[in-house]
Amino acid sequence: MSPHGPRIAVLNYQMSNLRSVTKALERLGANVVIAHSDAEADGADALVLPGVGSFGQAMERIRAQGLDEVVRGAAADGRPVLGICLGLQLFFDASEESPGAVGLGVIPGEVRRLVTPRKLPQIGWNRVHWRGLSSVVPEETDDRASTYYFVHSYAAVPNDPAHILGTVHYGGDFVAAAQLGSVTGVQFHPEKSSRAGLGLLSRWIASVSTHKEVVGR
Amino acid sequence: MIRVIPCLDVHAGRVVKGVNFVDLRDAGDPVELASRYDAEGADELVFLDITATHEARGTIVQLAERTAAEVFIPFTIGGGIRSEDDMYAVLSAGADKVSINSAAVRDPDVITRGAARFGSQCIVVAIDAKRRADGSGWEVYLSGGRTETGIEAVAWAKEAAERGAGEILLTSMDRDGTKDGFDTDLLARVSAAVPIPVIASGGAGTLAHFADAVTTGHADAVLAASVFHDGVFSISEVKQAMATAGVEVRQ
Repeated sequence: MSPHGPRIAVLNYQMSNLRSVTKALERLGANVVIAHSDAEADGADALVLPGVGSFGQAMERIRAQGLDEVVRGAAADGRPVLGICLGLQLFFDASEESPGAVGLGVIPGEVRRLVTPRKLPQIGWNRVHWRGLSSVVPEETDDRASTYYFVHSYAAVPNDPAHILGTVHYGGDFVAAAQLGSVTGVQFHPEKSSRAGLGLLSRWIASVSTHKEVVGR
Repeated sequence: MIRVIPCLDVHAGRVVKGVNFVDLRDAGDPVELASRYDAEGADELVFLDITATHEARGTIVQLAERTAAEVFIPFTIGGGIRSEDDMYAVLSAGADKVSINSAAVRDPDVITRGAARFGSQCIVVAIDAKRRADGSGWEVYLSGGRTETGIEAVAWAKEAAERGAGEILLTSMDRDGTKDGFDTDLLARVSAAVPIPVIASGGAGTLAHFADAVTTGHADAVLAASVFHDGVFSISEVKQAMATAGVEVRQ
């Protein structure tokens, strides 16, 4: 672990194993803390919101721990937040998976079940087609750098297409990454996507360091 | 994209079948082998725990912890998973999925309970099947082919999917170890019967067999052990051959 790396709080709402994402971030030089509460996330340069499980259950736990305010506060302050898989979906207002549940609302839009002739969930590797500008987008244009591991049956549908950062084709085109301000979400699992995934996390960490220098001035 | 998955047999935390990579520091260390397969382009890994004694089972949890910390591709742990507690132990240690076989046949509800608690995407149901002599389908076997169950494999795969399995790991007992190719009839029948991904296993012997499992058997992933461990083919050779045959793989 590098003592000079940015301090990144991985938000833990007890619904997924955090070992892989934590170890991947540490390997890439981040100074990682696991945060269950506002107090534990305090002072972090950036947040990671991971997640596996259902939208409604995740939001209940996030709210019970006050982590919804932590994410909204970071988004309002322009502090980087990275959502992974369900973490991306939670950025939106609502999800067909859990009717009535209210999401974090940091990116306007909702989450819908994939409409595809292909098997669900989508389990496996797929190519992301980037269409926005972001520090997480690889410079390399080959397939290898943009092929990641997906496990999902739902995908986000931002109200404003400008918030779509990348798409994936799976019997239809779906949102693979979304971004609004300092909030970035990826539907795939970079911590399970070998070199391509570690590359993405590495670029995101570098952007956190840059942001830290800018605001530190 | 079609996944290529090496399977490692593990006993008391050590790889049992020899693996033919040169310059390994420790040829018996599953995590070092897993890293090597990741570097070669493996899309996922399966660890099959063949530890017989309950006392030694803690080693599989440690293996899951070390793998999750060091190897950044998805991995499944199978072998001896009997209960939700067993599932919880390896999933909370960092495994992405568990594979259940005998326990699911003996108590099909364990699939339902596991899927409800951990999500379907974590639950792989492994089926060992052998063609019935009377032509009435394929018989499900337990204990590495020693115990007949009276259950037909295509129907069982369908039930497993209905109960919440996320994937079927389908091994042909007729082909396993023969290098005669995957049982594409069995694969095609199961693949048509279930709405979830099917992983082909048993019989890989030539590069062409891998593409056959997909083009004829409609498999979503191909798994092999000895052809990779013995160095007969590298993962990248298999992927190259599949790509040449028109199968989409991660290069």
